[in-house]
Amino acid sequence: MKKLLSGNEALARGAYEAGVRFASAYPGTPSTEILENMTQYKEIRSEWAPNEKVALEAVIGASIAGVRSMASMKHVGLNVAADPLFTFSYTGVNAGMVVITADEPGQHSSQNEQDNRNYAKAAKIPMLEPSDSQEAKDMIKEAFAISEAYDTPVLVRMTTRGCHSKSIVEISEPVATPYKAYVKDVKKYVTVPANAREMRKKVEVREKVLAAYANESPYNKIENEGRAIGVIASGTAYCFAKEVFGEEVSYLKLGFTYPLPDQLIETFCQGKEKIYIIEENDPIIEERVKMLGFSCHGKDTFPSYGELTPDVIRKSVYGTELPVIEYDQTKIIQRPPTLCAGCPHRGFFYELGKRKNVMVAGDIGCYTLAFAEPYNAMDFNICMGASFSAGHGAKLAFDLKGEDKRVVSVLGDSTFFHTGINSLIEVLYNNSRTVNVILDNRITGMTGHQENPGSGKHANGTEAPIIDIETVVRALGAKHVAVINPNDLAKVKETLDWALSLDEPSVIITKWPCVLKKMSSLDQEQFAGAFKTKYRVDSELCIGCKLCTKAGCPALSVNPDIKKAEIDRTQCVGCQVCAQVCAKKAIVKEEN
Amino acid sequence: MTKSIMLVGVGGQGTILASKLLTQGLMEAGYDVKMNEIHGMSQRGGAVSSHIRFGDNVASPVIEKGGADILVSFELMEALRWLGYLKVGGKIVVNNYQMNPMPVVMGKCSYPEGILEELQQKAPTSAFNAMAEAQKLGNPKVMNVILLGTIIKLMNLEDINWKKIMEENVKSAFMELNLKALEIGKALV
Repeated sequence: MKKLLSGNEALARGAYEAGVRFASAYPGTPSTEILENMTQYKEIRSEWAPNEKVALEAVIGASIAGVRSMASMKHVGLNVAADPLFTFSYTGVNAGMVVITADEPGQHSSQNEQDNRNYAKAAKIPMLEPSDSQEAKDMIKEAFAISEAYDTPVLVRMTTRGCHSKSIVEISEPVATPYKAYVKDVKKYVTVPANAREMRKKVEVREKVLAAYANESPYNKIENEGRAIGVIASGTAYCFAKEVFGEEVSYLKLGFTYPLPDQLIETFCQGKEKIYIIEENDPIIEERVKMLGFSCHGKDTFPSYGELTPDVIRKSVYGTELPVIEYDQTKIIQRPPTLCAGCPHRGFFYELGKRKNVMVAGDIGCYTLAFAEPYNAMDFNICMGASFSAGHGAKLAFDLKGEDKRVVSVLGDSTFFHTGINSLIEVLYNNSRTVNVILDNRITGMTGHQENPGSGKHANGTEAPIIDIETVVRALGAKHVAVINPNDLAKVKETLDWALSLDEPSVIITKWPCVLKKMSSLDQEQFAGAFKTKYRVDSELCIGCKLCTKAGCPALSVNPDIKKAEIDRTQCVGCQVCAQVCAKKAIVKEEN
Repeated sequence: MTKSIMLVGVGGQGTILASKLLTQGLMEAGYDVKMNEIHGMSQRGGAVSSHIRFGDNVASPVIEKGGADILVSFELMEALRWLGYLKVGGKIVVNNYQMNPMPVVMGKCSYPEGILEELQQKAPTSAFNAMAEAQKLGNPKVMNVILLGTIIKLMNLEDINWKKIMEENVKSAFMELNLKALEIGKALV
């Protein structure tokens, strides 16, 4: 049967067909839908983990105990999970284990653009790179076969376009994969130095065997042989190259990309007039080809950052682009992403943005958008969970320099469970003079509403124990803790005043659900009446001062013709933030 | 020969269902199909685009600048933003419906005027208010199916069994409404 599947859907299907029984992940664009799609297969235990390191460790345990298992994460997630990955490379697997890394050339939804092919080389483990959804499904099955045959974890590298592009896939039935027996084997699995030194030697041997196998892999192949010009490409970059060059060139299409197939590369490059290496980000294939003694065009011709979409390749090689319609682009107004109407972050950042002499340490989530107009309420952000710890360091530096500057550090509920909890321990243990805010919107918002340890549900929708943030924070020893509704501006202001007056670490938990969250029965109980009302502008009272626009709500604008504010009632959910901002009390609740 | 359809709009406008129905229909008609969307941060009220490509053998899932046979915009100004992706000689379908971006909300500038005229000067343009048409049917959500109808007509895809595709993807309670919306869309262009 044929189906149109995204790369992420196909990866999940491949895992199902490969007999995977345990999958774990932390959400992150563009990888999120892999685990989401795993939950449709009832045979598989699919879990959200608090972070990528924990996800990988959980699947490692399952592999050692004898069950095929898989972890998936975005590129930066693999940084978090790198520690277990490098050592699991040494022990090897019992049942097959595969890690999917979803890279982001072009940084559509990420803070950096790292090339995780480097991890395969650094951890000395094989890598596969699918170019479309069919290959995504097939290569997951191949990855599990390689994992068990060569006693190694396998890394499968996707990129955004592969994850989020749909193409036609032939669906198969799952293979019968018997569980592996578990036999205690301390020489294989206990990594004390005496054992690990032996493992290290085995890794070296394995890498050589895999290097030989790379030449035989069905996913490394020469296509359209006989042309003077050769193109070497892997992953979706192959599809982009094919779009530009068509039948004009010969291709060495690489799917098994670490270790690279030296003999196949040599066979392909012999006698070619010109060779182009089409690879996004780092010159990994290029350096290998050059090392093998062939001159080629790589980063001298193509950009080393961003995506190598067909237009980029065309411009780099031929200096031309497709003809386009010329027009006046100055009319177009930017449409940056914004906090939704009813977003519980709005009230908090409206108040925080008004503070002077405060540095705001930010983090990764929807609330990162608070850096922009009209809030201007963020100074920096680095990575998941970094706000509390980096905020602590910043405050320390201001104090050392004798500067009177306060630091407010902010992160979300899911980010708190991810690694923010460690950062809070840092803050409390070292008695940091910072204000630490957990913006608890009861869900993982930015990636599209995944459950987390505080939300009360598992990945598959079943009831889960709720890990209560306030209880955790108090248990860690925080003395100054406040839990507030962020839509209550007076309360937000009062709480910030209180926290900034303290000489010890404080924690503010703002608690109100994301407007897009599917409310559970518990949410409906806790947040009764949320999103049920609508507000309107009383045009008699409105003086057109535009003060309400400082709340930055997309449902509210000032009509320039009548110089009065207007609320789009299809978007308004009655959070009341604008009504509290209005000095003329012109924003009022709609009567039913 | 590969054909390219580009759907653009504002995050949350429902371009996803329209492109899902379209690609399903194209696959069942025997075409090779590739479709690309960017998810993530842009969902939050930002500019979004879906790329759909079909033919005998499609290589790239991404439409490049100057590559779209038809540009279907769910919002007025977005048509202008993505006009550079239209092939010279391609067609525009535009929902004559405005959504204010943040700088307009903030009162820093006003929504630009004369967009429709600019589009009409540059390429054959079908413009109508699909939102108003959807509201006439009693449900603003079917705006996307109305726009799907226009694509089916303009790309000569009327031979595909769209009723069957709808039945597989739309709840039966909404079938009649959606089939009506599809017909309205076809009649608009």
